[in-house]
Amino acid sequence: MYDTETESQTMTSATAQTAPIELTGAEILVRAMQEQGVETIFGYPGGAVLPIYDALYQQEQIQHVLVRHEQGAGHAAEGYARSTGKCGVVLVTSGPGATNAVTALVDALMDSIPLVCITGQVPSHLIGSDAFQECDTTGITRSATKHNYLVKDVNDLERIVHEAFQVATTGRPGPVLIDIPKDVQFKKALYRGKPNDLSPNYRPPTNPDLIAIEKAVELMASAKKPIFYTGGGVINSGPEASRLLRQLAAATGFPVTSTLMGLGSFPASDPQWLGMLGMHGAYEANMAMHDCDVMICLGARFDDRVTGRLDAFSPGSKKIHIDIDPSSINKNVRVDIGIVADAGKAIAALLAQWQARVGKPAQIADWNAQIDRWRARKGFAYRQSGEVIKPQYAVERLYELTRNRKTFITTEVGQHQMWAAQFYRFEEPNRWMTSGGLGTMGYGLPAAIGVQMAHPDGLVIDIAGEASIQMCIQEMSCAVQYGLPVKIFVLNNEWMGMVRQWQQLLHGERYSQSYSHSLPDFVKLAEAYGAKGIRCEDPAQLDAAIQDMIDYDGPVIFDCRVTKDENCFPMIPSGAAHNEMLLGDDGQDLGTAIDEKGRQLV
Amino acid sequence: MTQPGSAYFIPEGESPIIRTTLAVIVTNEPGVLARVVGLFSARGYNIESLTVAETDHEAHTSRITIVTSGTPGVLTQIRAQLGRLVPVKRVIDFYGDGDAVSRELALIKVKGTGDVRVEAMRLADAFKCRIMDAGLDHFTFELTGSSKKLDDFIDLMRPLGLVEVSRTGVATIRRGTETI
Repeated sequence: MYDTETESQTMTSATAQTAPIELTGAEILVRAMQEQGVETIFGYPGGAVLPIYDALYQQEQIQHVLVRHEQGAGHAAEGYARSTGKCGVVLVTSGPGATNAVTALVDALMDSIPLVCITGQVPSHLIGSDAFQECDTTGITRSATKHNYLVKDVNDLERIVHEAFQVATTGRPGPVLIDIPKDVQFKKALYRGKPNDLSPNYRPPTNPDLIAIEKAVELMASAKKPIFYTGGGVINSGPEASRLLRQLAAATGFPVTSTLMGLGSFPASDPQWLGMLGMHGAYEANMAMHDCDVMICLGARFDDRVTGRLDAFSPGSKKIHIDIDPSSINKNVRVDIGIVADAGKAIAALLAQWQARVGKPAQIADWNAQIDRWRARKGFAYRQSGEVIKPQYAVERLYELTRNRKTFITTEVGQHQMWAAQFYRFEEPNRWMTSGGLGTMGYGLPAAIGVQMAHPDGLVIDIAGEASIQMCIQEMSCAVQYGLPVKIFVLNNEWMGMVRQWQQLLHGERYSQSYSHSLPDFVKLAEAYGAKGIRCEDPAQLDAAIQDMIDYDGPVIFDCRVTKDENCFPMIPSGAAHNEMLLGDDGQDLGTAIDEKGRQLV
Repeated sequence: MTQPGSAYFIPEGESPIIRTTLAVIVTNEPGVLARVVGLFSARGYNIESLTVAETDHEAHTSRITIVTSGTPGVLTQIRAQLGRLVPVKRVIDFYGDGDAVSRELALIKVKGTGDVRVEAMRLADAFKCRIMDAGLDHFTFELTGSSKKLDDFIDLMRPLGLVEVSRTGVATIRRGTETI
């Protein structure tokens, strides 16, 4: 009797899973997201998404995080995605909800972060009538997303949602937007369940061409002065790619540098690590890039912040470029071998080919000796003296006091971001979240919220500037609501530091609109939100204050008063090559270091 | 080899400008044309002519034919950037393809009486135009051919009372049994 009952129950539930059931559009959306494994979404309700919020209310699998501005929802979803490798999900209403999310969408597009953004839309019959809170969302976001959809028929909704997750997370990841009119959210259709096969509409190639891999290894084997130049593609490929990169570096003995996006894929403690390259990169990394004879670019895109002056970029090298996006190859820099592939798969193929063909690390003692001489130049050197905290010192102490924890660092954009990249040393991928391509001030706090949602046990620190942090400061309220103990470490120099630095170097020290006037009292501000505020101005008390911040079980704003006129060095000035870096300590007249032509560039 | 542009370095423009015809096979979904056209304007590429229509109703595909020009590097980028668009299935470049035929159609209205009218009709006959519409003081010619032939005929009509031109843009297909 008992057995029979159990059996019949099993049968019932099996039937329920396979037979299509009729659901409303809102329920279909929520169901499809559940089937995609979505656990957390970031959003803000409004008239055009009320049916979806109603469907969310009646389930428990997906937790909704209420932000305070739609841009915050987008960045939080980015932080969530970057720290987990999963797809971030955003839910906002029509009109202003959608337009407010656009900055975050472009940010995700530029940094190749997988997002699915659901926007409500006015009912189908009102589209085009300038209805209340109507905007042409798919038109506005066409160039802000990897792809977008306007759902006109509820029967298409399920397919579109599953396809959207596939497009967002495969190939070169990016944001995908689904615009759903309110009437479609109410209408009913059959829900069939997540298809086993991927949609045939989007199938980017991921496997490398093995003949090209053989040629690449042949070139690598002949190198006297090789370098790995790695980027965010290695991180996006998943933790396995970072593991393989470490193996490949060990097998070849080649030095490794990385872009801002790629920090963490190779451990900063490894002797082969050169540090970040680019405009504010390490002296040894930029010099090695300039003088190398074989460059292996893995999942990076020769961005202008990396290359400096293109006609003087690494002039003597043969270049191998591995990228999942065919349009990245030969876009800015002509390469000798271009391979369209997933970074992880390509690294595995390079490693296998190297082991089979060469089998031992390359003999590059002279090159390593040269690199050591560059290292000895100590391009990041600064002197912490006197009674004012140097921003570099603050980041260094923060690193020392948090290095042995499961720490995640997010940043805003500006000088503090570069100091964080220079002085915080990452050992693991997915621990560093920063807005690289778009350079969005206001990114760090909401991103930290997204990271903390995904990693409740992690120590999440937003290294911020006093100007940037005010662009999304409202998300403090979100952090307090959800009990997220994010730490906001503000390097407060009372200036938009990077703007001030450029005005000093390029515009005759005319500091137009770059002073942070009328700053709030950050300690009182924290307290007003129900968080903890800490202020520190004394280098001698910095360690204890940072420890206070770490030990506090809740969100903290740390107002770290630092030197007001510190500049970020090394710096490759506009219009200069990698080997023409300005260093902070070599007594150059900074006012004339950049020529007239360089001043016109960004 | 000259490097293409960036914020840092403005090249002197040594590379030759090449004109080519691209066939872009797309899924026929709303907004696909806006995506393709938006890509050209957003990235600063040229469109000299553009033709689009559904070519396979069953397979839900349209064919967009674009005549564009740029340096060889820019043309490579155009192909790669088009290929990134999700609804784009294939991009075929007919550059230097002697085995492709291109045709364009124009409707040309010429107004006038007397000698110019007779001359316009004679030339139209020489160009193998069809007369689509005629009145005592006007003709509307239909002319099909290469874009060059259409340009030549339109230039000839200018002194003979040309008042309006409507052109379809180029359609291109490969000769022989081979398909794209």
